[in-house]
Amino acid sequence: MNTPTNLKYAQSDEWFDPASGAVGITDYAQNQLSDIVFVEILVEAGESIEAGKPIASIESVKASSEIYAPATGKVSAVNTALAEKPETLNSDPFGAGWILKIEGAANPDLLDAAAYEAHCASRTH
Amino acid sequence: MTKIVEPTIFELSTPGRRGVTMPAVDVPETALPPKEFLRSELPLPELAEVDVVRHYMQLSKFNYNVDAGFYPLGSCTMKYNPKINEDTCRLPGFLFTHPLQPIETTQGNLVLMYEMQEWLKEISGFAGVTLQPAAGAQGEFAGVLMMRAYHNLRGDDKRIKMLIPDAAHGTNPASVGMLGMTVVTIPSDDRGNVDLKALEAACDETVVGMMLTNPNTLGMFDEHIEQVIALVHGCGGLMYGDGANLNALLGIVRPGDLGFDVMHFNLHKTFSVPHGGGGPGCGPVGVGPKLVDFLPSPLVGIVEAETDDVPPLYGFVTPKQSIGRMKAFHGHFGGGLVRAYTYIAMHGPDGLKDIAQYAVLNANYLQARLRDTYHIPFDRICMHEFVMEGQFEGSPIRALDISKRLMDFNFHPPTNYFPLIVHEALMIEPTETENKATLDRFADVLIQIAEEAKTQPELLQNAPNDTLFGRMDEVKAARELVLCCWLPEDYEKLK
Repeated sequence: MNTPTNLKYAQSDEWFDPASGAVGITDYAQNQLSDIVFVEILVEAGESIEAGKPIASIESVKASSEIYAPATGKVSAVNTALAEKPETLNSDPFGAGWILKIEGAANPDLLDAAAYEAHCASRTH
Repeated sequence: MTKIVEPTIFELSTPGRRGVTMPAVDVPETALPPKEFLRSELPLPELAEVDVVRHYMQLSKFNYNVDAGFYPLGSCTMKYNPKINEDTCRLPGFLFTHPLQPIETTQGNLVLMYEMQEWLKEISGFAGVTLQPAAGAQGEFAGVLMMRAYHNLRGDDKRIKMLIPDAAHGTNPASVGMLGMTVVTIPSDDRGNVDLKALEAACDETVVGMMLTNPNTLGMFDEHIEQVIALVHGCGGLMYGDGANLNALLGIVRPGDLGFDVMHFNLHKTFSVPHGGGGPGCGPVGVGPKLVDFLPSPLVGIVEAETDDVPPLYGFVTPKQSIGRMKAFHGHFGGGLVRAYTYIAMHGPDGLKDIAQYAVLNANYLQARLRDTYHIPFDRICMHEFVMEGQFEGSPIRALDISKRLMDFNFHPPTNYFPLIVHEALMIEPTETENKATLDRFADVLIQIAEEAKTQPELLQNAPNDTLFGRMDEVKAARELVLCCWLPEDYEKLK
């Protein structure tokens, strides 16, 4: 499992890059979901969003899940390429698989990489 | 084995071929409807009757169904459907009636519906029952509409939140979403119960109520059900029971007695109405005293009391605060109600209790045979189903591979990847209609597959190997949607 140390993580498996404001889903999440077949981003650039509110909806061959904002602020960019190539979330979750960018403050509950890895380990029986 | 590929019915079409030769018109001709309604461009297939029969007979042979073999699809209650149901629902008195006939001419149908309402009330402990909803999900929708109407009539209109456990069926949040309410997810604790602390924290004056399946989708009866209901009632909320798993409780526990305010019944699960293509769904809803005035209309009631020499007249009645109709007419009468009525009548009270007891016994027997081979995360006495993990330490095998391999042994796979709170979930519901030999054969095969996962994983990863069609490309099917035999550009050419 890949967990870059420069990112912050939500218990609901989103990552947030405090440097760039980018948001995505973790390697653990994409692995659990398996092949992702559909991504719908629910917010637009310029929109104000609140941490914990749904920002995207993702479907894999196994399940569909909501993606929640890990930060409060303004959406500065949306990765429109994902609609055509949802599999990017599987192949490059921390790079080309970014979902959107938020200008604003991270949710104070976000975990660092070590704490997030421990959180994932606790969920694997 | 020879692979037989049956063309689509459109590919079998030959211009000019027909099933019936119409006689010459012997009545005055009238004008056809306007041209735009005739749609002569529709590619209707042209075949002889025998071609149609052989085509569908061939397709039916490709199908796997509960008459063909064991079908342990968790939370779907794929029990055997007794064939006497097919006789009763085809009795001419039921078959050839119309819902708009005068009630004096359909008293037999109305008595059956009235008794069905009464039986479902007795089975569930509720004060009133509507037979109208078209299926379980519409029953949920009707139930939540009644909950909202109840709060609104009391002027309690700030309630917008529905509490739903993380193990719930997906239809629960969907029904709530359709009404514009907010879903609040309540986690499960480590014994598979509702987490009481999380529930308590979520209970406030904005709660419409809670939707709970009990036993839940882990097959667990909530050990704190009375506290859960007390907490929800304590904040003014109402308790919705998802009746999908009622099979485990028949004759043992009545949801109305536990304090549930409303619950839908899935006649196709609990009461042996065929699933899916076998007939329309049927989702009656039972309610407690608080909601009885809000039931959808019409209900079947006695509209003229019995006298010394005249039996009572049955007809339609509307509750005082009714939320109105859920669908045209009175529910799925022949396909759903007559079959379910037959099933209940054939079993009687003691027989219904047997159903629940054998369903629970069968699930626990299978669980006991498999627990040393597969990890069962919530491992305690289960109800009608249990959930195990389809994965092994250090192995690439996933639940899907195990399910596909089961098809090689002529078993329908269990429910995969649900509930979401179990990794690589395989949800197994044997139902009461299977004998011990079938359960043993199924357990033996699952134990063999676990061994193959270690020694020949490719056998699982390539499965099914012995079926007419091999492993489907689920990713391609989901990403490249072609939903019709014709592509959009084919229709464009016609313009």
